[in-house]
Amino acid sequence: MNPKTIKLIIFIVILTSIVLSVYFVSMDRDSIREGIFVTSAAFLTLFIMSFLYKDNPYYKFAEHLFVGVSAAYWMTMGFWGTMMPNLVAKLWPGAVRGVLPALAEKDASYWFVIPLFLGLVLLMRLSPKGGWISRWALAFIVGTTAGLNLIRYLRSDFIAQVNNTIIPLVDKTEAGISFWGSFSNIFVFIGVLCGLIYFFFSKEHKGFFGGAARIGILVLMLTFGAGFGYTVMARISLLAGRMTYLFGDWLGLIN
Amino acid sequence: MWRRTVPIMITFIVGTVLVVAEFIPHKPFGNLGEDFSLYFDIIAVFAFILGGGNLCRVHFSKVYRKKTDWQFSIVTLLGFFVMLAAGLFKIGNPEGIQGDVTAAGSLFADLYDSMFTPLQGTMYALLAFFVASASYRAFRAKNIDASILLIAAFVILLGRTPAPSLIADFFAGAGITFMATAFNFVPTLTDWIMDVPNLAGQRAILIGIALGVISMALRLILGVERTYLGSDSK
Repeated sequence: MNPKTIKLIIFIVILTSIVLSVYFVSMDRDSIREGIFVTSAAFLTLFIMSFLYKDNPYYKFAEHLFVGVSAAYWMTMGFWGTMMPNLVAKLWPGAVRGVLPALAEKDASYWFVIPLFLGLVLLMRLSPKGGWISRWALAFIVGTTAGLNLIRYLRSDFIAQVNNTIIPLVDKTEAGISFWGSFSNIFVFIGVLCGLIYFFFSKEHKGFFGGAARIGILVLMLTFGAGFGYTVMARISLLAGRMTYLFGDWLGLIN
Repeated sequence: MWRRTVPIMITFIVGTVLVVAEFIPHKPFGNLGEDFSLYFDIIAVFAFILGGGNLCRVHFSKVYRKKTDWQFSIVTLLGFFVMLAAGLFKIGNPEGIQGDVTAAGSLFADLYDSMFTPLQGTMYALLAFFVASASYRAFRAKNIDASILLIAAFVILLGRTPAPSLIADFFAGAGITFMATAFNFVPTLTDWIMDVPNLAGQRAILIGIALGVISMALRLILGVERTYLGSDSK
């Protein structure tokens, strides 16, 4: 059969299925609105899954829709979650009386002219000649990130982690010395030390240093294995969620 | 000067002030970290606007010039504008314009539930299949490193499901007690792997990342690292 004819038949089948789905779901839930939204979610799920067969126009449709919808979603959340309460309400409290009345009575804070100026400067990136001004906003973002992260990482990811690693190697309990607890404590201490030695590239990994780096690799492999297992489980649980939606919420085959 | 020196000075002043502010918990330094984070969030919203503008520019141009697959660009633009209008004007929001933008029953919430959530969820769920095919290649126990990775992943996958106790019950029913004991031990082994070797590896990685972030932050603040400024040719 002509490929164009096959594509047309597939299109007609899908369109008919959509119409039937909207009709039956609407009848089942007494709401055309719900019929449309439930059908939309179900078919978009199927369109994305169709990629497992091969790239096709239905997958591309869903993919392009996702790009547009997610961009608008984050813009909207930024507008109502940050822009209005943290910028407009701070600079011109009276202007938000109609939309955020709780913030309209507060005093104006003119320091917020700084992010307004930097935000507008960032938009200059779209200008062919004045694009370089956007570097000022970028410099502020980079400076803030560097300043905050320097302290944050030093405190929570460096000092705190080193502090938690330096623990008594022998685990004493009321019943005496715990063999398993002591083994675990020694394992953590040596594991962290060897892992760090593996990441130290300024000295050649030879001799005792090389042996320690080798143990570091083995510890890291265990970590990556555990991480991999968890990632696979998370993905499968997402898949199970989508299947539950298709067979439960949409088709009503499972409770 | 305006193109390179001013941005470097901004980065230096902002970064230094934020570091110094940590050591002076009094006004006006005490709240600087919070204030600057808020400024950061506000500028990030402008970046979203920039991103949205750029998205429209690219897809309008694609439609106008009738480039390959231009029809799908119409889908992107339609999705973008419908979702944006629903959110910005809070269309169908039961509490009106003063209500929460994500209030149940609003068009924005319905579009989120019927488009954003299934599309995002399925995109990530699809990765389960690709991970399965990748793991087939990666998990062939070719050497001791790969074998350790394989065993750890297998134990974690097994131990976080009800499967070990079901298998243990089966073996207990068949009278093979040592296998039943072995499978009953799997959840304990999973917890141990997570609490001890995984912790040690994660800690080594975290300390390494922290050292990298600290040195990069210092390079940025002191103006040694300037690649974020791009070149002056544009």
